Amino acid sequence: MTAPPSPKPAQVRRPEFEVELTDAHAIGDVERPLTITERLVNNEAVQRLTILVTLIVVWEVYARWLNNGLLFPTFTETIRTFSKDIANGVLVDRTITSLRTLAIGYALGLLLAAVLTTVAVASTAGTRVLSTLTAMFNPLPAIALLPLALIWFGLGTPSLVFVIVHSVLWAVALNTLIGFRSVPETLRMSGRNVGLKGARYVGLILIPAAFPSILAGLKIGWAFAWRTLVAAELVFGVSSRSGGIGWYIFEARNDLDTATVFSGLLAVILIGLVVESVIFRTIEARTVNLWGMQR
Amino acid sequence: MTSALLEVKGVTLQYKTPRHLVTATYRVDFSVHQGDRYVILGPSGCGKTTLLKAVGGFMPPVEGSIRMNGRPVEHPGPDRMMVFQEFEQLMPWKTVYQNVLFPMKVTKRFAATDASERANAVIEKVGLTQFRDIYPHMLSGGMKMRVAIARAMAMEPDILLMDEPFAALDALTRRTMQQELLSLWDQLRFTVLFVTHSIEEAIIIGSRILVLSPHPGRVRAELDAEGLDHNSVGRPEFGILTNRIHTLLFGETHQLQAQQEVRA
Repeated sequence: MTAPPSPKPAQVRRPEFEVELTDAHAIGDVERPLTITERLVNNEAVQRLTILVTLIVVWEVYARWLNNGLLFPTFTETIRTFSKDIANGVLVDRTITSLRTLAIGYALGLLLAAVLTTVAVASTAGTRVLSTLTAMFNPLPAIALLPLALIWFGLGTPSLVFVIVHSVLWAVALNTLIGFRSVPETLRMSGRNVGLKGARYVGLILIPAAFPSILAGLKIGWAFAWRTLVAAELVFGVSSRSGGIGWYIFEARNDLDTATVFSGLLAVILIGLVVESVIFRTIEARTVNLWGMQR
Repeated sequence: MTSALLEVKGVTLQYKTPRHLVTATYRVDFSVHQGDRYVILGPSGCGKTTLLKAVGGFMPPVEGSIRMNGRPVEHPGPDRMMVFQEFEQLMPWKTVYQNVLFPMKVTKRFAATDASERANAVIEKVGLTQFRDIYPHMLSGGMKMRVAIARAMAMEPDILLMDEPFAALDALTRRTMQQELLSLWDQLRFTVLFVTHSIEEAIIIGSRILVLSPHPGRVRAELDAEGLDHNSVGRPEFGILTNRIHTLLFGETHQLQAQQEVRA
């Protein structure tokens, strides 16, 4: 029934060969500089710009086709409102008000995160405290705390700062702690070997070694804070006549001035882009990228 | 006769894993003298790395005493600079130069200008001058190890602790590094405590070899290996010493088997 095993084919010795080299002139120089076009296409800034321009064109075309300024103003209309409000200072004032509150909240959040993580790295009990607190509060939307903040601190900056601190604190603390934990044992030992202890050990070894993770926390914290602030300003608007950018949007909506709403949103987006792609990019390029800790 | 620089007496070391209490070494005695190239040799599980960590001051002995220059070892300190097996011991956020400078800077052992000169000198000694301002991630494994050794040497520690420093390197680089270490020793005559699991490396590097048996680590022998280096690998006394250590570690039967395997 079974077929006889096929005889193993005899090993054929393959002939050796030598040939003349193929003429490679056609391909040009072995190494040549990329053309300007090729370099531009590879450039990140150019790529991003292309994406932006495409989005703007799509927006403009759609808005014109829709032809309903109340629902969806065109890009040109938005830009016109935007530059008008920049020129007359309204939007600048609002933005500065927002950024000032944001800076206070962000700084305070970082400070508290630093204190909490210091406690957490000092002992196992501290780690448990921080991880429990983070597990409880990190998923809690900052904006959900706003009513409570209003009861405690009243209408005004302190309430905004409170919710911003909440949104920054847990993200940064969690990332920093994860970063500290993942510092290699050998690096820790070589720090302790030269007699480093306490704050110097944290400052000279743990923080730089955990920097990629800390930086990620700072970025997330910033995005959370900015988001929370604009949302909170939308909810209760103005304090002592100096409203922020959320209030600017809210006011414009009440006036059914959609172009102004768009220009407010544009400001929010622009600030986000600048912080992310200028400030954080620069920090990354000078630290974690330079050190080869992140590609 | 020089007096003992490092004295280890009846040292038992234990550490905890999440499930077990592991006894790494049991009542180990040895002493290292000024200028020794003292090698701790043993198979994995003989607690040699743990022993080195204890000398480094990273873990206290359960029993026994460790004394440096007559004073008990309690904490890690720059008089016992350690070179680890892993490449991560360098700080990735510092250049080669800054890495070498770092211990001198934080311990304030040398004046700033002095420290800078010493750093440059020792970097030159390990042949990395042209990589002085490069970050560690751009260096090869052998170069990283050179930086770690340079960093430790620059501090002029009383004793240099080396935990299988060449184990993670390729064979060719390892050989080069062993030669470099020996020629550095010829120039500077520092004291080094060197941990390895390679019999050959122990004989080449060491002037004295402490042979440890595993589970838990106990002293089996202390041997003299002065005068044997790369050039003597083929010589009969090298082979005899290798066989002797082999027998001490694995017993007669294993040795016979090993020889048969070699012949086969």
